[in-house]
Amino acid sequence: MNQAWKKQDINIKPGTIIHGKWHQNRYVIKRKLGQGAIGTVYLCERNGQYSALKISEYATSMTVEVNVLKSLEKVQGSSLGPSLLDVDDWEISPGSKCSFYVMEYLQGEPLSRFISRHGHEWTPIFMLQLLDDLEQLHQAGWVFGDFKSENLIVLLNPPKVRWIDVGGTTQTGRAIKEYTEFYDRGYWGLGTRKAEPSYDLFALVMVFLNIYYPKQFEKGANPKATLLKKLNDVRQLRGYRECLTKALLGGYRSSAEMRHDLMNAINAAGHRDRPGRRRRPPNAGTSPLAEGGGIILAALFYYLSSLMLP
Amino acid sequence: MKKGTLKQILLITDGCSNKGEDPAVTAALCQQQGITVNVIGIVDDDQTEEPEGLREVEDIALSGGGISQLVYKQALSQTVQTVTKQSMTQTLQGFVNKELKQILGEDQSLEEIEPEKRGEIMEVVEDMGETCDLEVLVLTDTSASMHDKLPTVKEALIDLSISLNARIGRNRFCIFNFPGKRKAIEKVLDWSPKLDSISTIFPKLTSGGITPTGPAIREAMYQFGKKGLLKNLRDEDEPGVEEAGY
Repeated sequence: MNQAWKKQDINIKPGTIIHGKWHQNRYVIKRKLGQGAIGTVYLCERNGQYSALKISEYATSMTVEVNVLKSLEKVQGSSLGPSLLDVDDWEISPGSKCSFYVMEYLQGEPLSRFISRHGHEWTPIFMLQLLDDLEQLHQAGWVFGDFKSENLIVLLNPPKVRWIDVGGTTQTGRAIKEYTEFYDRGYWGLGTRKAEPSYDLFALVMVFLNIYYPKQFEKGANPKATLLKKLNDVRQLRGYRECLTKALLGGYRSSAEMRHDLMNAINAAGHRDRPGRRRRPPNAGTSPLAEGGGIILAALFYYLSSLMLP
Repeated sequence: MKKGTLKQILLITDGCSNKGEDPAVTAALCQQQGITVNVIGIVDDDQTEEPEGLREVEDIALSGGGISQLVYKQALSQTVQTVTKQSMTQTLQGFVNKELKQILGEDQSLEEIEPEKRGEIMEVVEDMGETCDLEVLVLTDTSASMHDKLPTVKEALIDLSISLNARIGRNRFCIFNFPGKRKAIEKVLDWSPKLDSISTIFPKLTSGGITPTGPAIREAMYQFGKKGLLKNLRDEDEPGVEEAGY
C-alpha cells in the first residue's frame, strides 16, 4: 500500500523509551530499521542488548504476526524467522495505544549488495540455502507468502541468507495473506494465490531475477513470455535456466524436488566452466571451443600490443 | 461456531454525490441490515491535497460500519484487496468481541486482554475469515470523470477475485454501475463466483454529471435478498464443488 494515503504513520524519535504495559520492560529506541505494510521496525536497546522492535497501531495484524513467529519457533532445530523476545502494548497517552513485539536483531547485508560485492558465484549457494529453509517451512505446514528481496538479509561469517519479516506466512491450503505484485504468480497470470509450496518457488525465482533487474520490469501484453525472456537474458543464471523456468511455470511440487534439479544443474555447470581440463564431457557442446578461441584471441592481443611497446 | 456469510458493498468513486438522499444515511441503513459498506476514493495523480469532496468517502464508510481509503489509481488493486480483507476481519472481530463481552463482561474487548491470550482469539478470527462465505457487491461510479479510471478498476476487480477465490470459503460477486440509464443503478454482472467474465462486458459507460450515491447504495442493498442469489447457489453446487489441491 505504498501509494495509498496512510492514515497515520508512527514515527518515533531516537532516545524515546518504550514502556511495556503488561511486562513492564523498557526499550530505548536507537534508530529506524525499516517500514513494512503494517508497522515500523526500530533498533532498540535493553540492558545493553540490541534487538529489533516492530510497532504498529494495527493490534490484530500484529497478533497474527506474533502467532506466526511462535509457530515457526516450534519447527525443531531451525531458524526460519527471527526469534521472538517480547510482546506487549505501549500506552503513549491514555486512550492511545500501540502494539509492539521485540525480536532478535539480525545484522547483515541486503542480498543484492552482497552478491554484487562478493560475486555471482554466491547466487546458487543462496538459492540452495533458501530451498533448504523452504523445505523445512513447507514440511511444517506453512508457506512463506510474501517472499521478496526486502524480506531477506545475508548474515556474514559464514554467509547465510535469512528471512527477516515473516508477516505473510500462511498455513498451507489457505489464501496467501500478504504479497507483493512483482513476486506474485497471480499477478503474472501463472497460478492462484493459494498457499502451496509452488507459490514460494515462483517467488524465489523472482527474488533472483530482481537481483539482475533491480528496477524490475513491466509484465507487458504477454506476461508469461516477458518473464521467460527476461530469465533467458540473464547470463549469470543461464546454467540453471531449465530448473528456474520449471519453477516459474509451477512444475515443482516441493522445494526438495527443485533443490535436487538445481544441485544437478550447478554440478553440471561447474564441470563445464572449470578451466584447463583435458577431458570434456560429451554434451558440453561448443562452449569449450569458444573458450579456447577467446584465450587465443587474448594472447594474440597481448602479443601484438607488446610489439608496439618501445 | 456456525459458518456465516459476510455481506459487503464496495463503493468505488472519485467524487461527492450531488443527487438524492444522503449516502451516509443509506449506508447506515445497510449496516442495520448486516451489510458493511466500504468505500474507495480514487484520487487524481495531480491532486496533492485531500480534496473536499472526498471527505464524504470517510463519512459513508463510518456510518456503513466499513473501511475507507483514498488511493491513486496505480495502487488500486492492492487497496481494493486490503480494504475488503480488513473489513472482513473487522466485522468478524466485532462478532468475537460481542461474544467476549457476553462471556467476560461489558468492558472486555480484544485490546483489553493480555497479548498472549489475544493470539488464540485472533486465530479464531483468522479461521473464520478463511472459511466464511462472502458476498461482495461492487458499486462503481461511472460518471464522466471516472472515464479514464475504469480500465484500472476492471483490473483491480479481477485481481480481487483471484485473491478471494484462494480462500477456503465461497465467494459471490456482482457488479453494478451508477448512475443507471433509468434507474439509480445498473447491473453489469449478476451474482457469480468469479469475476473473469467482466473483461468483455466492462465498462458499460454512462456519461453525465450526476452522481446519485445515496440512492445507489439503497438500491444496492436490495440486491442482497434477490432470487438470483438462490439460483446461483444451486447452480454452483452441481459441477465440481470439491476442488482438488493440484
